[in-house]
Amino acid sequence: MSRLRVATTWLDGCSGCHMSFLDIDEKLIELSERIELVYSPLVDQKIIPENIDLALIEGAVSSESDREEALTLRARSKVLVSFGDCAVTANVPGMRNQFKVQDVLSRAYIENSTSGNVLPSVFVPKLIEYARPVHEYVTVDLFLPGCPPPADVILSTLNELLEGRFPIPIGKTRFGA
Amino acid sequence: MRYPAFLQRIADRADVQPARVLTFSINGQDVSAREDETILAVARENGIPIPTLCHLDGLSERGACRLCIVEIKGSPKLSPACVTLPRQDMEVITNSDRVLDYRRKILELLFTERNHVCSVCVSNGHCDLQALTIELGMTHVHYDYLHSQHTVDASHERFSVDHNRCVLCQRCVRVCDEIEGAHTWDVMGRGHLSKVITDLNQPWGESTTCTGCGKCVQVCPTGALSEKGKSVAEMTKKRQFLPYLKLMRGEEQK
Ligand code: SF4
Ligand code: SF4
Ligand code: SF4
Ligand code: FES
Repeated sequence: MSRLRVATTWLDGCSGCHMSFLDIDEKLIELSERIELVYSPLVDQKIIPENIDLALIEGAVSSESDREEALTLRARSKVLVSFGDCAVTANVPGMRNQFKVQDVLSRAYIENSTSGNVLPSVFVPKLIEYARPVHEYVTVDLFLPGCPPPADVILSTLNELLEGRFPIPIGKTRFGA
Repeated sequence: MRYPAFLQRIADRADVQPARVLTFSINGQDVSAREDETILAVARENGIPIPTLCHLDGLSERGACRLCIVEIKGSPKLSPACVTLPRQDMEVITNSDRVLDYRRKILELLFTERNHVCSVCVSNGHCDLQALTIELGMTHVHYDYLHSQHTVDASHERFSVDHNRCVLCQRCVRVCDEIEGAHTWDVMGRGHLSKVITDLNQPWGESTTCTGCGKCVQVCPTGALSEKGKSVAEMTKKRQFLPYLKLMRGEEQK
């Protein structure tokens, strides 16, 4: 049986959703017989491949690079899941949205910095005006709220998707869970 | 018949006779009601669920949130069940697709207006607004967020108000006025720019009317009002006092 080609990514989030994914523990072994992780912070693959069956996006879209990543994943994936509160609502990364980008940066790198007073300009992606939910940029097929979504809900959702069903996670996980 | 203050507004209506009983239907089920009972009250007596946010047993009705909307046959508009009185032979539908769809939209709009970050909120896991997302099946918000800027007032010795989490339900306004009798809270501004204020928009800690009773904090459905010293997910609200006070006031007025 050919395995489902799965991609996961981590945009503006804390990696907690990925940690919760790993928390399915020994079930990962069973799962690995049915899915192939073709792109993820958990595997060594830097370029988003073609023909992805299922993509999970953790984190809000906060920078140009986040935006490109979300657009590319959408273009190359059959099913796309908004994975966790940051992806679904912008959550904690969205707390900066009340302020101007310039003010946020200078708060972090100048006012509260003891080591220097320069804004980072190389190697870091440029922040966009607001940290926004993934679905404000690309079409999302399934929303999995939770901060993070509990491991068993991630597992049952993946199992359902593997069977070709679209589970509605309402009642199993919620915002802030 | 003397009414407790929170029902007086309905009792003042000349066309309403509390002694008269009428029959109407909710979702096809025949129900009977006193003329002064709201559709919400009758639905609840009959075990028919209608979601609410601004309604709280023991306080007057405000009709502020619109989450309790129902369909009334023959009327093109949806009506809030908490402030609508039934009429003889009225046909009320509480669960049509149209009603469910509008309720969810209203809920989503509440999330766009202010800044709700459940994962770091004092009320996470104990919040009426959050519970409604599950009840109404809201998995995400279809509209753009306003990203509006709101303040936190922590000037009171024991309580604080975070306007980022306020849904303008005015439960705080009503409990402080109708039960505590202090009327510290009120509302300033219009539309989504409205804001609950203490006294004449003075810091809560400097309020000369607030008795520090904490009732507003306990009835607030969200993390907007909280006790100081409570961290994420620690703010559970205690509302047991309301039915008790309501009962006491009923007794008093006999
Ligand atoms: S008030 Fe309720 S809905 Fe808003 S952030 Fe707090 S827990 Fe979430
Ligand atoms: S603590 Fe009591 S008196 Fe003060 S504002 Fe709240 S309800 Fe009113
Ligand atoms: S502070 Fe709480 S009780 Fe008062 S209007 Fe806002 S949400 Fe409602
Ligand atoms: S509960 Fe009826 S309008 Fe809020």
